[in-house]
Amino acid sequence: MTTADLLGKLLQVVMGLAVFAAVVGLLIFFIDKAPKKGRDYWQLGLFLLPAMLFIAIGLVYPAIRTSLLAFQDSSGDWTLDNFVWTFTQPAAIRTLINTVIWVLLVPTISTAVGLAYAVFIDKSRGEKYYKVILFMPIAISFVGAGVIWSFVYDYNGVGEQIGLLNALVVAAGGEPVQWLQTDPINTFLLIVVMIWIQTGFAMVLLSAAIKGVPTEQIEAAQLDGTNGWQRFMNVTVPGIRGALVVVLTTISIATLKVFDIVRTMTAGNFNTSVIANEMYTQAFRASEVGRGSALALILFVLVLPIVVYNVNVLRKQREIR
Amino acid sequence: MSSVAPADLPVGENLGSIEAAERTEYGTKTARVKKRLTSRTATVIALIIAVLWTIPTFGLLVSSFRPAELIRTTGWWTIFQNPGFTLDNYREVLFSTSSSSPQLGSYIVNSIAIALIATLIPLVFASMAAYAFAWIRFKWVNWLFIFVFALQIIPLQMALVPLLQIFSTWLRPMQAWLHDMVPIIPEQNYLPLWLAHSMFALPLAIFLLHNFIAEIPSDVIEAARVDGATHGQIFFRIVLPLATPALASFAIFQFIWVWNDLLVALIFSGGTQDVAPLTQRLAEMVGTRGQDWQRLTAAAFISIVIPLGVFFGLQRYFVRGLLAGSTKG
Repeated sequence: MTTADLLGKLLQVVMGLAVFAAVVGLLIFFIDKAPKKGRDYWQLGLFLLPAMLFIAIGLVYPAIRTSLLAFQDSSGDWTLDNFVWTFTQPAAIRTLINTVIWVLLVPTISTAVGLAYAVFIDKSRGEKYYKVILFMPIAISFVGAGVIWSFVYDYNGVGEQIGLLNALVVAAGGEPVQWLQTDPINTFLLIVVMIWIQTGFAMVLLSAAIKGVPTEQIEAAQLDGTNGWQRFMNVTVPGIRGALVVVLTTISIATLKVFDIVRTMTAGNFNTSVIANEMYTQAFRASEVGRGSALALILFVLVLPIVVYNVNVLRKQREIR
Repeated sequence: MSSVAPADLPVGENLGSIEAAERTEYGTKTARVKKRLTSRTATVIALIIAVLWTIPTFGLLVSSFRPAELIRTTGWWTIFQNPGFTLDNYREVLFSTSSSSPQLGSYIVNSIAIALIATLIPLVFASMAAYAFAWIRFKWVNWLFIFVFALQIIPLQMALVPLLQIFSTWLRPMQAWLHDMVPIIPEQNYLPLWLAHSMFALPLAIFLLHNFIAEIPSDVIEAARVDGATHGQIFFRIVLPLATPALASFAIFQFIWVWNDLLVALIFSGGTQDVAPLTQRLAEMVGTRGQDWQRLTAAAFISIVIPLGVFFGLQRYFVRGLLAGSTKG
């Protein structure tokens, strides 16, 4: 990197900031100078304008356009071929199956381990440090996590194994395995990476929820002579139901969109591809925009029920207010 | 939301009563031993989980300080049998000038430049929108808010192809013009990435900030209205200062998110060292130089350090922000 490059980058940031500040300043000026008539409308409109404009250009229009593209071939004629391809090609079907496996395993295991951990460390000494250890992977990029775990799964053809997993296998008297090239175990090994990242998230949210369970209830259960397991199942779990739902839905959505891990560790080869990765491959590598759009639309349909549920919860909340 | 923060828990008396209850329940010696055993099992399991979660990262950290030859031939856990400590790996990825491993310096600068502005834009726009949603009351605005919330589920994948087309039609000429005016700015610049990240972040940002801003007591806002303050004044002098914790938590969240992103970068950055962030470079290194563990370990660690630093430095806000609105209902 030369000094000129650095200067150019710095200049871009400074100019970006300046333009942005000017835009916001103008907006505020107009908000405060809004005409007397219909003043609230003006102000509301101007407050909402930039965000709504961005959302319209960046999300609403593209989503509609992608939905249309999914039903077109490369010359723009209407067709169902893209979906036929998705549901009949063995490789594409495998992609769908893999995605289902991901969504079944990651949210459940992450939430279970996170919940157990949160309960075990609750009120223990050094709780804060315990939490930080598990939460740390959240701050690590999926790409970074991919590198970390590729190193664990490394296979060395000659000499000593430098990957931890193969070293353990050899120590136990087995033969080293090319983990990431071996189907179907490789998909499960990629899933481990996602679980490793998401468990901390589940743990932090659930830990906060556990602390919100009224102690009176726990005490009452204790006086009734219940054991720890009964108290946990009958008092704690119902008390944190809301948080459990939030955690499960958030992790499910994140898992459906998983891309970086697969891209970095196997690039979707050896039957490890998932919908999000296949979508990228089709649309931006194979120039099959229709197929990519079809996959994106399928992804959307899969996420839809989760969100409809959340929207209903939100509507109830806003009516209460 | 704040009702679940550990700090707000009525600790003193309650703890005492729990202990009293335990004393009555675990009065006998056998019961006491049993209780200690169960809690010990719990502690051991927690400890095992914690160790399991740390080992992979720790292995990478240890490896990044070992000579290349040793990384290739021995496991990192044999560091005591095969001692060796070096900073060469870091020196190589940061400062080497050979063409086989371009320096990470420019990619680090890119990541910082992208993440800073792509955090600031949605932060400002979302807080303005959140204020309007929370304090300017119209019936249809409620529906608009629910619509924006629902947009969170549009997967990025759905927006990529059309947005790339929009950018190449409208933004590319602007970038070219800028490059003609100020030659020092390359034609491939940060603009598409800034805009794309900001657009994708808005729905979640508006939702999170709205949860905070709606909780500001209405007396405060109404008193200011009665005193003749305009919405602009209220927003800047009352709402933003009161919502600082929320703003900070979202900013951290977004910064780490943008820093760690690969997908948006792959599509909008063009992949040159003028624009591409560190994650993209790292992914390339994995693809092309899969066996150069000494470079990979060091580069991966450099990419991890900054978000981790942000995370540890501003942890309190981060967790609080994650909890926003999630523990209601």
